[in-house]
Amino acid sequence: MTDDDVNARISQAVNAADVLLFMKGTPLFPQCGFSSRAIAILDHLGVEYATIDVLQDAGIRQGIKAFSDWPTIPQLYVKGDFVGGSDIMMEMYETGELAELLEEKGVTTA
Amino acid sequence: MESVEIERMIREAIPDADVEITDLAGDGDHYAARVVSETFRGQPRVRQHQRVYAALGGRMGGVLHALQLTTATPD
Repeated sequence: MTDDDVNARISQAVNAADVLLFMKGTPLFPQCGFSSRAIAILDHLGVEYATIDVLQDAGIRQGIKAFSDWPTIPQLYVKGDFVGGSDIMMEMYETGELAELLEEKGVTTA
Repeated sequence: MESVEIERMIREAIPDADVEITDLAGDGDHYAARVVSETFRGQPRVRQHQRVYAALGGRMGGVLHALQLTTATPD
């Protein structure tokens, strides 16, 4: 698969879900502490989210790093915009900015 | 990767940066870094982190798996 195909698939994915997390593993079985932390934050916020397990797709695993200009996984997208990795998620969660951002973007939380 | 090396690379790219590295696990592999620079002012967090990652020249996500990063501007 070419880089263009991977980019097209990523682009389609981030626009298809309001909240999308690229992660290692699944919400039930995260394969990395950072992904686990990202899931915990999303669960705490009570928001509906989709996930993509990059360990199942080598093309996306490499492609997402270039797509976001971000070297690590997890990566959070909200309404097609890159929000950040787990450190930024944690910081924004603690300050309340993440809940604000979701509200601003019209994503409903519990 | 040695913490002094991480600090040196960040300072080289962001000369005014105040860099504080903590070795989280004592194994030379899991670090936390806090980088404070006036040049971050007005930049979104994602951009601030991207600048630090750029300073580390591709090591992040490679030899440096675990670097918890916090960025800030001076008070």
